[in-house]
Amino acid sequence: MSQPAIHLRGIGKAFGATRVLEGIDLAVAPGEFIALVGPSGCGKSTLLRIAAGLESPDSGQVLLDGRDVTAVRAADRDMAMVFQSYALYPHLTARQNMALPLVMRRLGRAERLPFARLLPAVGNKLAAIGREVAMAAEMLKIAPLLDRKPAQMSGGQRQRVALGRALVRHPRAFLMDEPLSNLDAALRVHTRGEIVELHRRAGVVTLYVTHDQEEALGMADRVAVMLGGRILQVATPDAIYRDPVDVAVASFIGSPRINLLPARMASGGVAQVNGHAMAERIGAAAGDVVTLGIRPEHLRLETAAAPSRLPVRPERIEFLGAEALVHCRADGIAAGLIARMAPEAAERLRGLPTLHAHALGGALLAFDARGARVARTDVSAMVLAHAG
Amino acid sequence: MTRAIPRILRLLVLGAGAVVVLFPFAFMISTSLKPTSEVFSAGLALVPQTWAAGANYAKAFTRIPMGRILLNGVMVCGAIVLFQIVFALPAAYALAKLRFRGREMLFALVLLGLLVPIHAISIPLYAAARTLGLLNTLAVLIVPFTLSVFAIFLFRQFIKAIPDDLIHAARSDGLSETAIVWRIVLPNAWPAASAFAIFSVVAHWNDLYWPLIAISKTHLATPPLGLLFFRAAEVGDDYGALMAATVVITAPLVLFFLLAQRLFIEGMTMTGLKG
Repeated sequence: MSQPAIHLRGIGKAFGATRVLEGIDLAVAPGEFIALVGPSGCGKSTLLRIAAGLESPDSGQVLLDGRDVTAVRAADRDMAMVFQSYALYPHLTARQNMALPLVMRRLGRAERLPFARLLPAVGNKLAAIGREVAMAAEMLKIAPLLDRKPAQMSGGQRQRVALGRALVRHPRAFLMDEPLSNLDAALRVHTRGEIVELHRRAGVVTLYVTHDQEEALGMADRVAVMLGGRILQVATPDAIYRDPVDVAVASFIGSPRINLLPARMASGGVAQVNGHAMAERIGAAAGDVVTLGIRPEHLRLETAAAPSRLPVRPERIEFLGAEALVHCRADGIAAGLIARMAPEAAERLRGLPTLHAHALGGALLAFDARGARVARTDVSAMVLAHAG
Repeated sequence: MTRAIPRILRLLVLGAGAVVVLFPFAFMISTSLKPTSEVFSAGLALVPQTWAAGANYAKAFTRIPMGRILLNGVMVCGAIVLFQIVFALPAAYALAKLRFRGREMLFALVLLGLLVPIHAISIPLYAAARTLGLLNTLAVLIVPFTLSVFAIFLFRQFIKAIPDDLIHAARSDGLSETAIVWRIVLPNAWPAASAFAIFSVVAHWNDLYWPLIAISKTHLATPPLGLLFFRAAEVGDDYGALMAATVVITAPLVLFFLLAQRLFIEGMTMTGLKG
């Protein structure tokens, strides 16, 4: 990677006795779209505010294009922020909201005085700003709203004006803090596509904070999964899903949640769940306790018993349209198991008292007692690729 | 219909209250229209038998420089309000939205300042004004009131309710803290500022205590002090003319209040909810 556009190095932050961020390292390449995803309270918004300069870290540095800006205030970092609450100025129209950042940047202190606009030089600058606002409004299809105040707009319209305010000044970076959380579901999916499109056209590096893994996986070039004030993994959405480094990442990403089965290692790399040899070639010593993770789409339910299949009791079938989820119970697994399959396949299982579960083609992930990923021996990579 | 009776009752109670409150005003206006002989006659007739309005009001405007006195009132009150807002708003913003060491202690001092009445500090203020040679100037009427802890307190409570995101947005949009105060906070704290302006103007227009201490020249008098000078000048206790002068100095405030009434009530409810 060339020089990162945004480089967060060794960031730590505590509020009183609560450590909210610990040893955060994140390098964002120029033009990249990175999603910071994690449950609420994981520190992702704080990290974003540190990048923006709205919060100062207790330790570590923020570098923009290689320059240390840790001590530079937000106003001078030239990053545009979009907030969950939109944070439009209530006393200004949409047009004035969008123009304000340009006015503050391009006009000197004296030129911003009320009557200065009568001077030709200032008038020209303001006219240029007006044209740029109009162009951005055209791009976001909010031109008819420009003379309304925020109180006269719907949530979706306010959101677009907030995006426009960020877009119009061609900032060094976009920082977005859950910008879609206050929109209804249909609008959210629609706006998601638009933000990706805007990012593609503007080519500006984007840090996007969300608690919604679907948003993160669907929009970002790379996803950083945050839990408890740490970044656990930064990778492409595909790698995050298929190749999580940690049981916490595996269980946070993916809906429904990955099935986690407590297992004990027997000899020869075999992992047993309730005495059933469900996995082979696990790189852990005999006697170790491991956790096997099987994605719902990889969990197969068979009618025939076998030594490598775990007996489960189906509880209910959840029909979701294109697919169905079969919820099962198994001894020693409190959370139960979920298998995702075609509705017809689920229908065939209806009414059967016992089924026998296994991972399709051995597509499973193993984690050690501390939650770290356990490697599998050579062949497994091939099997995983095949299963996917 | 079930609500009709309580409504009539309410109107009666409010009406009775209004009569009690307005009667002195009516009596003041009535007296200002009467000749002295009629003022001291028995009976409480509101409508004068002989009209002496012309003579009374002419005295009010000629015996003292009434125009100058009203102008003094406007200038002093205007300057006080302006400086109070200019000084209090940034202070309130800092107390509400900035994090710095000693903030809570400073705010405690502001609250403590609310407890100190002008009477307690008037002697040191007088001494200071005398040392600085400010006695008998308009400045001495303005300077002691330019820092209002009440304004700081009121604005701080109001600014606290402005979402942090709005301030953060302003910072990342390139606004300095000063620009945030005047461009973002002031327009959004407008109800608080106008409510405060009304409180302040009413208080300082009617203030007699400090002008009485600091001013001894008639042409520098504020309206209530002017009234006092007028009474002193009219040895014969000419109540008709005195009431005429009172009407003249009360009228601007009543007009101001009527015009700003909506804002005032908004401000009152606002402070009630948020304060």
